[in-house]
Amino acid sequence: MNHKHHNGIWIFAEQRNGDLHEVTLELLGKAKELAGRTGGKVTAIILGHGIKPLAQTLFNYGADSVLVADDAMLDPYRPIPYSIVIEKSVRKYQPEILLMGATFMGVELAPRVAAKLRTGLSAHCIDLKLDQNGKLLQVVPGWGGGVIATIACPDHRPQMATVMPGTMKPLKPEEKEGKIQEIEIDLPATDLGPKVLEVKREKPEELPLEKAEVVVAGGWGIGSPEDWEMIQELAEVLGGAVGATRPPVDEGWAEERQMIGQSGKTVRPKLYIGIAISGVMHHVVGMDQSEHIVTINTDSNAEIFETSDVIVVEDFRKIIPKLIQGIRDRVKR
Amino acid sequence: MADKEMNRTIVCIKPVPDPKHWNKVSMDPDTQTLRREGIPGIINPLDKHALEAALSIRDAHGGEVVLLSMAPPFAAPILREGLAMGADRAILLSDPVFAGSDTLATAHILAAGCRWIGEFDLVLCGNMTIDGSTAQVCSQLAELLDLPNVMHVTGLDRQAGDKMTITQKIEHGHVRLEAKPPIVISVRKELNKPRYTSFTGILAAESKTIDVLSNKELGVDPNHVGLNGSPTKMAGLELREFKRARERVGGSPEEIVQALLEKIHRYGII
Ligand SMILES: Cc1cc2nc3c(=O)[nH]c(=O)nc-3n(C[C@H](O)[C@H](O)[C@H](O)COP(=O)(O)OP(=O)(O)OC[C@H]3O[C@@H](n4cnc5c(N)ncnc54)[C@H](O)[C@@H]3O)c2cc1C
Ligand SMILES: Nc1ncnc2c1ncn2[C@@H]1O[C@H](COP(=O)(O)O)[C@@H](O)[C@H]1O
Repeated sequence: MNHKHHNGIWIFAEQRNGDLHEVTLELLGKAKELAGRTGGKVTAIILGHGIKPLAQTLFNYGADSVLVADDAMLDPYRPIPYSIVIEKSVRKYQPEILLMGATFMGVELAPRVAAKLRTGLSAHCIDLKLDQNGKLLQVVPGWGGGVIATIACPDHRPQMATVMPGTMKPLKPEEKEGKIQEIEIDLPATDLGPKVLEVKREKPEELPLEKAEVVVAGGWGIGSPEDWEMIQELAEVLGGAVGATRPPVDEGWAEERQMIGQSGKTVRPKLYIGIAISGVMHHVVGMDQSEHIVTINTDSNAEIFETSDVIVVEDFRKIIPKLIQGIRDRVKR
Repeated sequence: MADKEMNRTIVCIKPVPDPKHWNKVSMDPDTQTLRREGIPGIINPLDKHALEAALSIRDAHGGEVVLLSMAPPFAAPILREGLAMGADRAILLSDPVFAGSDTLATAHILAAGCRWIGEFDLVLCGNMTIDGSTAQVCSQLAELLDLPNVMHVTGLDRQAGDKMTITQKIEHGHVRLEAKPPIVISVRKELNKPRYTSFTGILAAESKTIDVLSNKELGVDPNHVGLNGSPTKMAGLELREFKRARERVGGSPEEIVQALLEKIHRYGII
């Protein structure tokens, strides 16, 4: 197949209720880096109603141009009208690459778009590269993250991927100008799917886990909600956030949003301290990009030690209270 | 569209390698493929939640629950497990030409399976498999069937008549939707607790049918299935390495704490 007429990198700019999802900026950062090598342009496509002002943010973070689909039918998000609008725009402008976030919305929407276009889509990418011919290589974890596969889409366009939030870095924003182009909306009169009755959002936590400089994570070995407080206290004195493996979440000591790993969040803090965690791959894939990794476990053969810079073989109860005290003393000085 | 008296639910079930045995996975250096011999298969855990939802709708409203799976013939015993849980019958889509299908090709095959079954109200899927973890098949299936779909479902209430309310999880919250059949729905584990298989269930399953269909019966365009029909191609595969320095700090608790404080200071945190 000849793909010469396909050109440029698109990212789907995800918004709900006028709030851009963080991953949008991460996608722009990566798209800009890839475009630097292909010489193509970066376009953000955004759908919704009354969302044109968001274009400026997209320019500032790296978009050369922004395609805006603004219509009351596009608010709130629903997969059928969104996939129709994106499909039509892609057919018209023929981008080489289309990236979306592996968010709740992206995971539902991207496969519909890919199926409409009969093109390939890879899921939850943790890295994107170009081969020597400028083709997109999509790096995806499989089997709980223990296996890394590289996927290509040689014969179909656009090459599509959803990208794991938190794995790519946004550019430093600069005041910039760009071209806004409006997309004509021409939705069919047919049924556009389920009706949204209500969108309910709680206030997000103050310091999201993904942004914390220090993450103190606890595992099943903490053993009780009382001892879990030690984890919270250590995080607090270090000005960090609390993370968890799955068992503490199942037990209710920690909340789901604190879970790190394959089915939770990916973190890459300056310092990760892992306490009473065995280090199963499901968890490790969410923390192994941390700058410094310190772990405490009573079992000298714990798997987590493989992925650690500093290891302590000891009962955490003998260490953490003293460590908290030590940090308090230092900070006072 | 669907006959309201019928109330048929199709549950898409994928057999996956039991994660308890994943440490046995190794790489064949010659073929660059995964060796998974000796790893037993199970029903993808989330698909059991989809099946539970289907069974409880049937318990309340009557109708039929049909299992649908694309897998090699050796998957039949795994489908039998779903029948023992309470499904009425099963369809296994199995053909050598399906081997190597990516998510789009899989969706083409499952869509043909759904059409072969005939009319239905609901297609229920797991939100994600534990081996491939793409979470792509259901939306693609819905698109190819030209039906709406909802993912990340944590609440599903089928009222009398043609109405359903659905709760969908999103970042920091949820969406409530009103839907009507036919529709494709993918579920999260918060939705329900799958029932245990009873002894009578296991006995009853022995006499239920599993139809095994090849592409002769299904008739999917050969250009849409298998390795050749898959737009995505594997370009490389490696086992991930996680090794780091693993410097051990030992001594008394006081000495360990002192050493840790030094490190944390050196990292520029305190
Ligand atoms: C499909 C799938 C997805 C999953 N996704 C995730 C995910 O995203 N994130 C995740 O975390 N898990 C996930 N899991 C679960 C994962 O497989 C493990 O079960 C989990 O990570 C184990 O948590 P743990 O290390 O806290 O517990 P355990 O494995 O039970 O380890 C506890 C550790 O504590 C140590 N210990 C006990 N007492 C002490 C003490 N007093 N002092 C110091 N150390 C002590 C023990 O030596 C042991 O190493 C997933 C599982 C599946 C099947
Ligand atoms: N081969 C298959 N046979 C039947 N159902 C499947 C198959 N592959 C995926 N599914 C369904 O699609 C869901 C999501 O799968 P995946 O996109 O592979 O993560 C699964 O939980 C199943 O319900």
